[in-house]
Amino acid sequence: MNELSGKAAIAGIGATEFSKNSGRSELRLAVEAALAALADAGIDPAEVDGMSTYTMDNNPEIEVFRNIGGRELKFFSRIHYGGGAACAPIMHAAMAVATGVAEVVICYRAMNERSQYRFGAAFTPDVLPTAEIAHYGNYVPFGLASPASWVAMSARRYMHEHGATSEDFGRIAVGFRDFAATNPKAWFYQQPITLEDHQTSRWIVKPLHLLDCCQESDGAVAVVVTTAERARKLRQAPAIIRAAAQGACDDQQMMTSYYRPDFTQLSEMNLVARQLYAMAGIGPDDVQAAILYDHFSPFVLPQLEAFGFAKQGQARDFVREGQIARGGRLPVNTNGGQLGEAYIHGLNGVAEGVRLVRGQSVNQPGACRNVIVTAGTGVPTSGLILSSD
Amino acid sequence: MNEPSDLYTQALAWLGKEATRPVEARDPVNVPMIRRWCEAMGEENPIYVDAAAAAAQGFAGPVSPPAMLEVWTMARFRHTGRSAEDSIPALVLFDEAGYSGVVATNIEQEYDRYLVEGDRVSYTAVIDEISPEKRTGLGIGHFVTIRYEFTDQNGEPVGRMLFRVLKFKPNLAQPAAAAPEAPAEFSHPRPAVTHDNAHYWEGIARRELLIQQCSSCGHMRHPPGPGCPKCQSLEWRAVKASGRGKLHSFVVVHQPRIPSLQYPLPVLLVELEEGVRLIANGLDLPEADITIGMPLQLDWVEIEPGYVLPAFRAAEV
Repeated sequence: MNELSGKAAIAGIGATEFSKNSGRSELRLAVEAALAALADAGIDPAEVDGMSTYTMDNNPEIEVFRNIGGRELKFFSRIHYGGGAACAPIMHAAMAVATGVAEVVICYRAMNERSQYRFGAAFTPDVLPTAEIAHYGNYVPFGLASPASWVAMSARRYMHEHGATSEDFGRIAVGFRDFAATNPKAWFYQQPITLEDHQTSRWIVKPLHLLDCCQESDGAVAVVVTTAERARKLRQAPAIIRAAAQGACDDQQMMTSYYRPDFTQLSEMNLVARQLYAMAGIGPDDVQAAILYDHFSPFVLPQLEAFGFAKQGQARDFVREGQIARGGRLPVNTNGGQLGEAYIHGLNGVAEGVRLVRGQSVNQPGACRNVIVTAGTGVPTSGLILSSD
Repeated sequence: MNEPSDLYTQALAWLGKEATRPVEARDPVNVPMIRRWCEAMGEENPIYVDAAAAAAQGFAGPVSPPAMLEVWTMARFRHTGRSAEDSIPALVLFDEAGYSGVVATNIEQEYDRYLVEGDRVSYTAVIDEISPEKRTGLGIGHFVTIRYEFTDQNGEPVGRMLFRVLKFKPNLAQPAAAAPEAPAEFSHPRPAVTHDNAHYWEGIARRELLIQQCSSCGHMRHPPGPGCPKCQSLEWRAVKASGRGKLHSFVVVHQPRIPSLQYPLPVLLVELEEGVRLIANGLDLPEADITIGMPLQLDWVEIEPGYVLPAFRAAEV
């Protein structure tokens, strides 16, 4: 156990609609989501005293804060490495409220990532002599210039070593799109796909088909973190932050950890999983559902392995048995995931984790005592175990 | 000024009505205009300009390219835009409601016969279709379809055209479209050179692949960095790689594309015999011949004059 376990809770969640063209500023999206989350929690915006987001978010904390009518901001932090940040702002917020540094922290992510800029475009950064930009010199000049391409290299080696196939990746996508099809908030609402659709969709970076790739979305999500004690007195049942962790290890690179001895594992997710289970004092048998980061379907497999739902290299069998799909042992991404609902850099997954714990998911699989939520894979990452009280 | 629903109702009143005044071509069909148009479009079929070539195809004289149908009736070019009398009131309605953006989205043409020298073309235009409000990548807007009927000097039909435009509210959340300018010549992406990796890229420019080796413990490492992860020494030397390796993993990139590379593009993760791995492209290595574990041999490509990158060929076993 750990001193942070159970000290903080997510008391409110809020979001805008998910679209391909929001028609308004990212800042406004952030403000709308933050206000919705506060309304959900039943907390006055004037009480907000902390904010946490991703370094990639374009909306300054102070701009969001003044536009929601914040008064005194005492804690603000940002997490690096893209979607790897998805769960970490909640961890930082939990640390802040558990230590009394702040009492009400908003975590947010707002993006016009389809209408204003394209995450899927070739990444050709300005050539500045910094370590962060120098990293890309090892990949971009060779045409390995997009997140799909960086992940595909690992997926190919995983297939080679463990016998997984493109159809296994497809089964993951089909399952998530099935959940999206019954989620009215999902971009792909009422648009399920078949394995054949997956197999015949065009190549993006072989072995990744189009339908292995998440969407580019416009939208925002925010959550309100406060002490568990306070959360118990608010409108909604609290989603207790039973465990929260970050991780980077094993010759970590930003999506290109090709130099570690075995890069078919997500070593950083193994590290996060180990910490989460230790902090929560539980194991995989105690988990009823999971939100696993799905920018690209292949990395769902090593995440299932990291959390002990399958032995290394064997998660494909768990998927083939239908265990992560509707009605399975561990329904995964009941909102449709980022393949089906929207790509809000994983924060929409955190919101779905909260709904599962509350029993409010549109695809609620039954009571969820403990739900795992993970952040971006292949990058320095983070994770949560959210629990009912 | 208008609620969108009111605007749409008002716009729908234009359905089936004349979109703009009828227009008669200012000039009859003539070879000089055809020639200029063909030159501009890169059209090289001689039947459009050469009587003998046209005769060889059974025509009495040169014929107008069918796609020029609308060209004959185009309004006079004015720097200030369309004149009031040439305006299309249904589109003006959208302009005044803030849907000031316009982009042509579809043109469909049908031709009844070839136009020949001396034909004088006229058209009438009606509003054919107006869509409900749509969210598009450019902004919120309505698609408006105008149907043009083209006739000749005898009033006989010669063709027709569906012309669809999107009238939209420019999306202010999007950056303004860049001013049209000649596309800059694309230069291949370059690595950022730092104090820590300069030896590596300078070596590549000399066609030498250099691996860092710790001076203290002998550990080989890549990509380049200032410190040895095994023994914390900051001292290192550069060792020239043999160039022999084997394929550890690979992908074939279809999207997104960098203009200076050929697609589909195999990208290789090569494990050098010195024990480190690196990313490079293949040389003379079709996708069908690529298998994990295959032996590879280093070679070089000069992707731009003076800009060399490592690449790997299949090696003899």
